[in-house]
Amino acid sequence: MKHRDLAIIGAGPAGMAAAAQAAALGLSVSVLDEQPRAGGQIYRDVDRVAPRRGAILGQDYTHGITLTAGMHHDTIEHLAKATVWAIEDEFRISYTQDGCAAQLDVDRLLLATGALERPMPLLGWTLPGVMTAGAGQILLKQSGVVARGAVLVGSGPLLYLIAAQMVRTGTPPIAMVETQATANMARAIRHIGGALRGWRYMAKGLKMLGDIKRAQVPRYTGATEITIEGETKAEAVCFSHKGQPRRIPCDVVYLHHGVVPNTQAARSLGVSHRWHAGQSCFVPTLSVWGQSDVAGIFIAGDGAGIGGAKAAEHTGRLAALKVAQELGRLPASERDRMAAPLRASLSRELAVRPFLDAAYPPCAEALHPADPTTICRCEEVTAGDIRGYAKLGCVGPNQTKALGRAGMGPCQGRYCGLTVTALLAEANGQTPDDTGYYRIRPPLKPVTLGELAAMAPTQQDAVE
Amino acid sequence: MNPASPFLELEDTPRVDVVFQGTPLSLPAGMNLAAALLSAGVEAFRHTPVSGSPRAPFCMMGACFDCLVEINGVVRQACMLEVAEGLSISHPHEAEDDDETS
Repeated sequence: MKHRDLAIIGAGPAGMAAAAQAAALGLSVSVLDEQPRAGGQIYRDVDRVAPRRGAILGQDYTHGITLTAGMHHDTIEHLAKATVWAIEDEFRISYTQDGCAAQLDVDRLLLATGALERPMPLLGWTLPGVMTAGAGQILLKQSGVVARGAVLVGSGPLLYLIAAQMVRTGTPPIAMVETQATANMARAIRHIGGALRGWRYMAKGLKMLGDIKRAQVPRYTGATEITIEGETKAEAVCFSHKGQPRRIPCDVVYLHHGVVPNTQAARSLGVSHRWHAGQSCFVPTLSVWGQSDVAGIFIAGDGAGIGGAKAAEHTGRLAALKVAQELGRLPASERDRMAAPLRASLSRELAVRPFLDAAYPPCAEALHPADPTTICRCEEVTAGDIRGYAKLGCVGPNQTKALGRAGMGPCQGRYCGLTVTALLAEANGQTPDDTGYYRIRPPLKPVTLGELAAMAPTQQDAVE
Repeated sequence: MNPASPFLELEDTPRVDVVFQGTPLSLPAGMNLAAALLSAGVEAFRHTPVSGSPRAPFCMMGACFDCLVEINGVVRQACMLEVAEGLSISHPHEAEDDDETS
């Protein structure tokens, strides 16, 4: 079986930067990623797309070509279109590529699996035409597809970014229905020191808001009672604004109220997670090098806690330095010398976060949805169902699986896990940490019998 | 590209023929399959096993499984595939000649 010093799961900014750093220090590296080309979600398909749509997507996107360039190294193997479905035995990685299952043995593993959109369960969010804002961005980045007559719903910088990009395509959204209120900005002001350190981000935000205003996109801030109407597809967004009911007919709705770490792989390995109140999500417990409490497992990028793409590069490189030192390729003193400027840059990148987290908190109605709202999209379990299970004595998410199959569909809880934890915690008067999260087991993604049958025999099989 | 679809393609790309639910479609070669079907005006990619509700792409990054379609008897995520000549695509598990009963 093939053996490598380091496997990295995810070819986004953290994974690509870590791979380049590790390879430069002489490590053999395999980068496994589900997409056909490197970039992750933030730099999706950047090598192909930057020359075509770089002007629409902006320099923060085209920066990704500096990272994809670093992947071209003799000791970096990029396994594209590779879906990892199990990680076992310190560490054997099982994955599927081109219809065949395969395995890889590695000494160290870096999870750079990035973020997922925070689930935003509102009435009607399962209708065709309702997508995440991240999905809207992926359509634009990878495929050059933009939605006409779209309404953007939620809060946060990404909502302004996609709106500004849509304006540049000549197809602005028809409205922005924003859930943050003036009081949030007032509370955020106490983090103004960090905001000033991160002034570049603040300046970009103001420029995006200017672009949106010039395109005369109506903004409804402090919106509440948001629902999406439609029979077989999205037909309108309904909400209350300044005490008035509003209804905006539309074909497409892009939802966003922040992103959260994608913890599936880390949880399947037993890495400890704790609740991060400022970011309203679980984050893995990590050392300053991104080292988890499971020996040999490192986590970098947004999967380690939301910090954004530039911070992801730094955490990726820091993890690579630590791995190189552990494997005897880098003296500790040299490791620390190389880490110092990375830590300084990381601190600057993260300075703006507390301000943004306070100014654009998650939508309260979506964190604690009304009873009729579907929260598990796969198995169609409602918020009322979960509250009912709590009345029956259900204290943890794993019990909801037995009671009503929540989290047992193909997405394996990716888009209901945090909601189920929040609903149970509220109903039982517990903290999210007490309530916990779904136990995640392999396969992390579906694998077919045909793919397993096509797997090359392992040495062990040959002995038997 | 279907003028009735809200999803607009910004660039012209050479097209190839595929079939979705028995209907011939002309899609941009190599484009993300989910993006191409949306732009072609496809609204429901699948129907849920629980209530039969229509679903379409939600996350576009392989996490939500709402864009599942069936191709050559295998159920796959449309957002993780690229358009290729001759694909025969249908709603998953809804084939008319379902041979479980035969």
